[in-house]
Amino acid sequence: MRNIWIICNKELRSYFTSPVAYLLLTMFAIIFGFFFWNSVGYFDRMSLQSQMRGQSFPMSVNEYVIRPLLSNISVIGLFFIPMMSMRLFAEEKRTGTIELLATSPIRDLEVIVGKWLAAVMLYAVLLLFTAANFAFLFKYGNPDWRPLAIGYLGLLLQAGGLLAVGTFISTLTKNQIIAGAGTFAACLMLWVLEWVAGYETAPWAKVLAYCSVITHYESFGKGVLDSKDAIYYVSLIFLGLFLSSRSLESLRWRS
Amino acid sequence: MITVKSLTKRYARTLAVDHISFEVQKGQIVGFLGPNGAGKTTTMRILTCFLPPSEGSANVAGFDVLEQPMEVKRRIGYLPESPPVYPEMEVREYLSFVGKLKGMSGANLAKRVSEVAERCAIADVQSKLIAKLSKGYRQRVGLAQAIIHNPDVLVLDEPTAGLDPKQINETRDLIKSLAGDHTIILSTHILPEVEQTCEQVIIINQGKVVATDTVHNLQNRARGVESVLVEVEGRDSALDSKTVQQRLEKVSGVSRVVFREAHENRSSFEVESLKDRFIRADLARAVVEAGWNLNELHATAVSLEKVFLQLTGGEKVAPEVPAAAAQISEGEPQ
Repeated sequence: MRNIWIICNKELRSYFTSPVAYLLLTMFAIIFGFFFWNSVGYFDRMSLQSQMRGQSFPMSVNEYVIRPLLSNISVIGLFFIPMMSMRLFAEEKRTGTIELLATSPIRDLEVIVGKWLAAVMLYAVLLLFTAANFAFLFKYGNPDWRPLAIGYLGLLLQAGGLLAVGTFISTLTKNQIIAGAGTFAACLMLWVLEWVAGYETAPWAKVLAYCSVITHYESFGKGVLDSKDAIYYVSLIFLGLFLSSRSLESLRWRS
Repeated sequence: MITVKSLTKRYARTLAVDHISFEVQKGQIVGFLGPNGAGKTTTMRILTCFLPPSEGSANVAGFDVLEQPMEVKRRIGYLPESPPVYPEMEVREYLSFVGKLKGMSGANLAKRVSEVAERCAIADVQSKLIAKLSKGYRQRVGLAQAIIHNPDVLVLDEPTAGLDPKQINETRDLIKSLAGDHTIILSTHILPEVEQTCEQVIIINQGKVVATDTVHNLQNRARGVESVLVEVEGRDSALDSKTVQQRLEKVSGVSRVVFREAHENRSSFEVESLKDRFIRADLARAVVEAGWNLNELHATAVSLEKVFLQLTGGEKVAPEVPAAAAQISEGEPQ
């Protein structure tokens, strides 16, 4: 545990002592701010109209603002995740610092988990920025906080899975760009896999659709904690980290 | 402290290290010498548990590199060819990160970081970013990183590569000062480095150990001949260097005499002996008996460079083939 924390701490520092973290956070804040502004503006107009039509119940902020915004975050996240994970091992391999880690009394898995955890934490900081936007909804409205909390949990799990895949891809190359592009492709594929379910009902299509990260987010987005979906994300995390450790191990036997 | 037995490392198609065996005693500085691509780095990587051996065994500080890598890693400090530093970190921050990786913590670590910084002469740049450091400083940070946990064994891969002459000297002195507390293996392809820093040399070529000995013995062994510089002065009459040369050639045990230079009434020669013959006394007697003055007579060491080139096949082997040299000439697929 101590070793994991040492590595995690070092990674977080290197995110935040280089422009990487600030750049990602700023871009994300701007993009999400725009989504939020649009979403709230639209909600404002719609609820005004519904009031004029004399509907008795006000529109739900949870349903019309929070839920779509959460799935927006999950999609924007797909673009940001490769940028967070591409550095993790590719850079160490390029500069040779991997030799320091590999010859220190610390297990490969501790290095991997430490690095992955740092990336997840950076993503969590990203989510904090979105929380600043949501805070306004609580100031001027009265949404339910529980679906939002579950939505955040889902986002963290989803990012955890994708970052684990990204970590694995980063162990495969010395080149950050290749790691980033590969992770982006993987994220995109995992996102669009569910499309096959739209026209095909054969078992293989169901399997493919099951593998898609987006389908498993639906329940979280609605504020429902479904163990089936949580298990999917946790398995993805384990798979990614396991493959990373195999990849590091094979590096020693091949190199 | 280090025992290597018929260690072998195969890559996909090449045999990088071919059944090498050697031993290093506690507190020694051993030079690992060989041309580029001889297998030095691979051997070091196996010793530091970065790579597993394909065959054979390596034992460091009493632990096997395959069976108890964690124990080995705790007792070994490693400086790879390019220092494994993070440019975005400050020197002090980096050293304490490495210290933590090696299992140190708290006040103990803070104290050790200052100590090591002092020792490696990087105390003045402690709060600088590593990215801003010159190559020499970076190398010293790398060295500091290797000794931070006070390891029993230090493995240094070309510690002076890419430094300027002043930095090279400083680094050598630093390494020498570390001996005693630590057992040190350093690799290099620079010969004077070995002559100046190491007590013992392991010469490796094409994955094989071609010689293991002390620097001193190796110089003698490869040749087995004495090389003597003689300066003769004519007492009354002018000196004819031809006559002197002929006289010297007649001394028993001399294999050849090479004329070096003549200056006014003085001539100097380089005299080589036959294998295992000591000729200095006879030379002196011959000169004096011929009625000349003997100005200078001293044995010059056969430079390690010659030995190295012979052993690694860069130069024709001398007529009297020493055992070590014979081995490699067989091993070479020319």
